[in-house]
Amino acid sequence: MSLERGLSYAAAFASALLDPARLAPQIVTGPNGKAAGKRYDVYRNNVTVSLIEALAAIYPAVQRLTGPDFFRAMARFHVRSTPPTTPLLFDYGHDFPAFIAQYEHARSMPWLADVARIERAWLDAYHAADAAPLRPEQLAAVAPERLGDLVFTPHPAARVVRSPFSAVTIFAANRDTSPVGRIDAGRPEDALVTRMEFDVVVRHLPPGGAVFATSLMSGVPLGEAAALALAAAADFDIASNIAGLIEAGAFTSISSGDA
Amino acid sequence: MTAATGPFGSTTAPLRFPPSLGGVAGTSFKHEHLAAILASGPRRGFFEVHAENYMGAGGPPHRALEAIRRDHPLSLHGVCMSIGGPQPLDKTHLSRFRDLVARYQPALVSEHLAWSTHDNGFFNDLLPLPYTEATLRLVCDHIDQMQEAIRQPILLENPSTYLAFVESTIGESDFIRSVAERTGCGLLLDINNVFVSATNHGFSALDYLNDFPLSRVGEIHLAGHAEQTDYEGDLLLIDSHDGPVADAVWKLYDIVVQRRGAVPTLIEWDSKIPDWPVLQAEAAAAQTILDRYHPSARTGDRHVA
Repeated sequence: MSLERGLSYAAAFASALLDPARLAPQIVTGPNGKAAGKRYDVYRNNVTVSLIEALAAIYPAVQRLTGPDFFRAMARFHVRSTPPTTPLLFDYGHDFPAFIAQYEHARSMPWLADVARIERAWLDAYHAADAAPLRPEQLAAVAPERLGDLVFTPHPAARVVRSPFSAVTIFAANRDTSPVGRIDAGRPEDALVTRMEFDVVVRHLPPGGAVFATSLMSGVPLGEAAALALAAAADFDIASNIAGLIEAGAFTSISSGDA
Repeated sequence: MTAATGPFGSTTAPLRFPPSLGGVAGTSFKHEHLAAILASGPRRGFFEVHAENYMGAGGPPHRALEAIRRDHPLSLHGVCMSIGGPQPLDKTHLSRFRDLVARYQPALVSEHLAWSTHDNGFFNDLLPLPYTEATLRLVCDHIDQMQEAIRQPILLENPSTYLAFVESTIGESDFIRSVAERTGCGLLLDINNVFVSATNHGFSALDYLNDFPLSRVGEIHLAGHAEQTDYEGDLLLIDSHDGPVADAVWKLYDIVVQRRGAVPTLIEWDSKIPDWPVLQAEAAAAQTILDRYHPSARTGDRHVA
């Protein structure tokens, strides 16, 4: 970027903000000619701590699972390597689950990244656009021979998160401060995240449900989505799954695919 | 700024000049207080929010703000426009801001004399800038752009700072006065920021206020600060917004209101947020000072001058 003379201060000031090993830039000073020292470190601290706190606010269950000290150390690495690129902090931290997945010290908690994915989906749903959900009678009005070709429009808040671990149970048990009993972490669980009015709701999808939901949400017609779900889980039940998705507010409308 | 509106049929939206709020005290709006605020019904005063928290597409944040806005004037306080940064303002952010102003019709819109974005990185802090002829032109240009985008004059807030730039050639109050004169913007005088900066740089807060263009002040901020020391052991105040307003800041506020007259005053409290009655009591203390100098404000009358 070519800049007018006298406008290089931001680059110089920013250069050491996320790197504690670097000295304060020479362009700043304390009062009466004394070094900027601690005064520059206040800005450095504000930046790092406020971004760690932003991650803690987005990922409360992850923080409860790891404990605050572990969480802050992990978050500090992430903040320094991947600072936000948007001023909207509720949109920060999309890369944090992937960071957790490869974070050396979190290897003993292989489900942690999936819990983080559910928490990120929760906040996306919270801020997603408002839209009236599809009503069950709209589906009931469709002639049976046309059902297979139906295409569903996903609700802006709807998300699916799949996990080979018991991520939904672990997430649900750690989003508040009530005591947590023993959890068998090894059962695969898929989450459906939706928001109809005020409340974001996280549901545990039955076997085949995630394939079914993600297929419908990406525009695959109902008949084809059901076949994919049956191939994924032999006991997949289309009637209860479609009713469950509509009740959860996963869609806003239906159309006969040829439209 | 020139004309308030173009001729009929022009494509530019007219500039909004919302009615003055007068000498009322308001508070930051925090979601944890929503139920208590709604339960007590409409009240005198106003609420201020950080604009960026309402830039999501939908959901509970907008429901809460709509509920508050229904019965109260609103102040939209931007913290991320990066007006004091050398790079061009973010066009997407400008248009988000414009949409928010159009949707909620705030009585006050403000931003900071600071920057927070450089290259592609957002630092989530109000970072300082040197005061020079070059940065003066830059800041004026950015404020022109923002006022043009949102079609409403803004109030520019004086910063709290912890250090100074070697290259600065203009005093902060002179810099701010020039910005207001050149862009037509109003000013948000944060008296806690004045006190914090005065302590940190070793100047007199009263001298600063004597130099400050008080006639342009359209809103006052009051907030709490924290005390630390620097590596040489000297007192260093941190603009923490996490506690009650300090006695020294109340005294300065009293002096400013006496000189300037009653202007909307906000109690800013952003972390370690207390129960609603505590925040309300701070606002009531500010209202008492506002009413002392303008008794007619007590009845809520508006007089045409």
